[in-house]
Amino acid sequence: MNAFLTSRPVSDVLTGVTNGVIYALVALSLVLIWRSARLLNFAQGAMAMIATYVGFVAIAPHANYWVAMVVSVVAGCLIGALTERGLVRWLYGKPELNPVVAMVGFLLVLESVAAAIWSTSSRGLPSSFSPIDWQLGGRPLALSPFAAYEIVTALVVMGFIAGIFRFTKLGLRLRAAALAPEVSRLLGVRVNRMLTIGWILSSGVGAVTAVLVASNYFTGLTPTAMDGVFAFGFIAAAIGGLDSPGGALASGVTLGIVLQFVSDYVNANDVILVALGLLIVSLMVRPNGVFTRDAQRRV
Amino acid sequence: MIGVESLSVAYGAVQALREVTFEAPPGRITAVLGANGAGKTTLLRTISGLVAPREGRVHLGGETLTGRAPEEIVRLGVAHVPEGRGVIGEFTVEENLRLGAMIRREPAGPLLEEQYALFPVLGERRRQGAVTLSGGERQMLAMARALIARPRVLLLDEPSLGLAPMVTAQLMHSIRDLCASRELTVILVEQNAKSALRIADTAVVLYLGRVVANAPAEEVARDERLRQYYLGMVES
Repeated sequence: MNAFLTSRPVSDVLTGVTNGVIYALVALSLVLIWRSARLLNFAQGAMAMIATYVGFVAIAPHANYWVAMVVSVVAGCLIGALTERGLVRWLYGKPELNPVVAMVGFLLVLESVAAAIWSTSSRGLPSSFSPIDWQLGGRPLALSPFAAYEIVTALVVMGFIAGIFRFTKLGLRLRAAALAPEVSRLLGVRVNRMLTIGWILSSGVGAVTAVLVASNYFTGLTPTAMDGVFAFGFIAAAIGGLDSPGGALASGVTLGIVLQFVSDYVNANDVILVALGLLIVSLMVRPNGVFTRDAQRRV
Repeated sequence: MIGVESLSVAYGAVQALREVTFEAPPGRITAVLGANGAGKTTLLRTISGLVAPREGRVHLGGETLTGRAPEEIVRLGVAHVPEGRGVIGEFTVEENLRLGAMIRREPAGPLLEEQYALFPVLGERRRQGAVTLSGGERQMLAMARALIARPRVLLLDEPSLGLAPMVTAQLMHSIRDLCASRELTVILVEQNAKSALRIADTAVVLYLGRVVANAPAEEVARDERLRQYYLGMVES
C-alpha cells in the first residue's frame, strides 16, 4: 500500500490535485462574475494580489497569519465592490471588446502600482504549514501539510459559495438576477446590487486564492505572483464552461492532474503548450464548456 | 385606483404611446385591447417602470409611480406578469414562488401554502423544474408568483398566449374570481379580445398608441365599428 501511495503516478495525481484546486478557485472566481455580468475579469489575479499586499504588508504586517488572511479577504471584497461600482458599471452594454481592453488595462495598472509601492522583490508569508512532504515507510508521499492546507481551504471556500447559492435567499436572488434580470426586477430583486455582490464574492474567493499562492514557500508574494495561476485558472474556466461552478472545480482539478503528468512524463516546459492545446480542442468540440448543460429552453 | 395620465412613450423616433389616459379601479378588470403594435405591452412596461415615458405619469392611490425603478414599484403593490410569462425555467416551481415572496417580510411557508391551495397543480409539482410545466401551468405559476407578494394591482400581459381555448376559459375564470375576492385592480392586456371582453368590466382600445375607446366592456363588445381596431383589420 505504501509503495502504491508513493508511486510515481499517485504522486503526480496528488501534486496535480494540489495545483488543480488553485486553478479551480481562480476559475470559480471568474465564473461568479461571468454568470451575472457576462464579463471576463482579466484583472482577477491582480486584484487578488493587491488584496494580499493590503492584508499582509500594508495593514497587518506583524499580525498573526490568520488575522492577516482575514484582512486580505475583506480587502479583496472591498476591491471587488469598488471595481464594480467605479469601473465595470460603465462597461455594461458596451461592445464586447471594451470590457476586455478595460480589464487587461486594469490588470497592468494594478501590477505597476503594486511594484511601485511594494517593489518587485518576493516576500514570504508567515504560514505555519510545512512544505515538506509527509513520509510513508521511508518514502515521500507527494503531499505536504501545506498542500493539505491548500486543498482543504479550497474545498471550504467552494462549499461556502455553493451553500450561499443553493440554500440562502441571497443565493436565490443572485441566481435569478443572473438568469433573468428583467423578470427579477419585476419581482423586486435589486439587480444592480446583485451584480455588486457577485463581484464581492468573486473577489473574496480571489483573495483567498492569492493568499494560498503567496503562502507557497517557493513563490512568495510578488506583483506578478498570480499571473501563471490566473492563466491556468482561466483555461480551466473556459474548458469547464464559464456558466458552471461545478465545472470550474472539475476542470480545474483535471487540468492540474493532466499538466502534472505532462510535466513529469514529458517535459515541464511543455505544460503551457498542452494547456493551450486542451483549451483550443475543447473550444472546438464544446464551445460552451465541457460541463455546461446544453442550453435550456427559456420560458 | 391606478391612473394613467396623458402618457407618451417613444422608442427613438417611433412613438409607441400617445397621450394615453385612463383609470383602473380596484375590484374591476380593465381590459386593454389592440392589434399588434398598438402599444399594449409598452403600456404595461411603462406602468411597472421598465420603460420611462417621454411625458405623462402613472399614479397609484395618490403616489406617483413614474420615475421609480421597477424593483420599487413592485414593492408599492404593482405586480407585472410579463408577456411570455417570465417563469424562470432553470428554477423549480417552489424557487420561482419563493422569489416572488421575497419582498414580503413574513416567512415564506404560509404564503407558499396559500398559493398551493389556490393552484393545487403547483403544489403537486413544487419540486419540479419550471421548464417541465405545460403552458397553462406556467401561466398559473406566473400568476401565483405575482399574487404571493399580495399586490394591489395585477398587470397581465397576454395571459392566454399559446393556451388551448379550454385552458384560457379556466384562466379567465380564475382571474375574475381573484379580482373580486381580493379587491385587486387588474389590467388585462389581450389579443384574444373575445375572452378578455367576457370577463372585463371596462375596455380600453388602443390603436397605434392612442386610446380610441374607453367604455364598459359590453358596449365595446357590441360596437362593430371598434372591432376593426382591436382585431387589427384596419387598412392603414
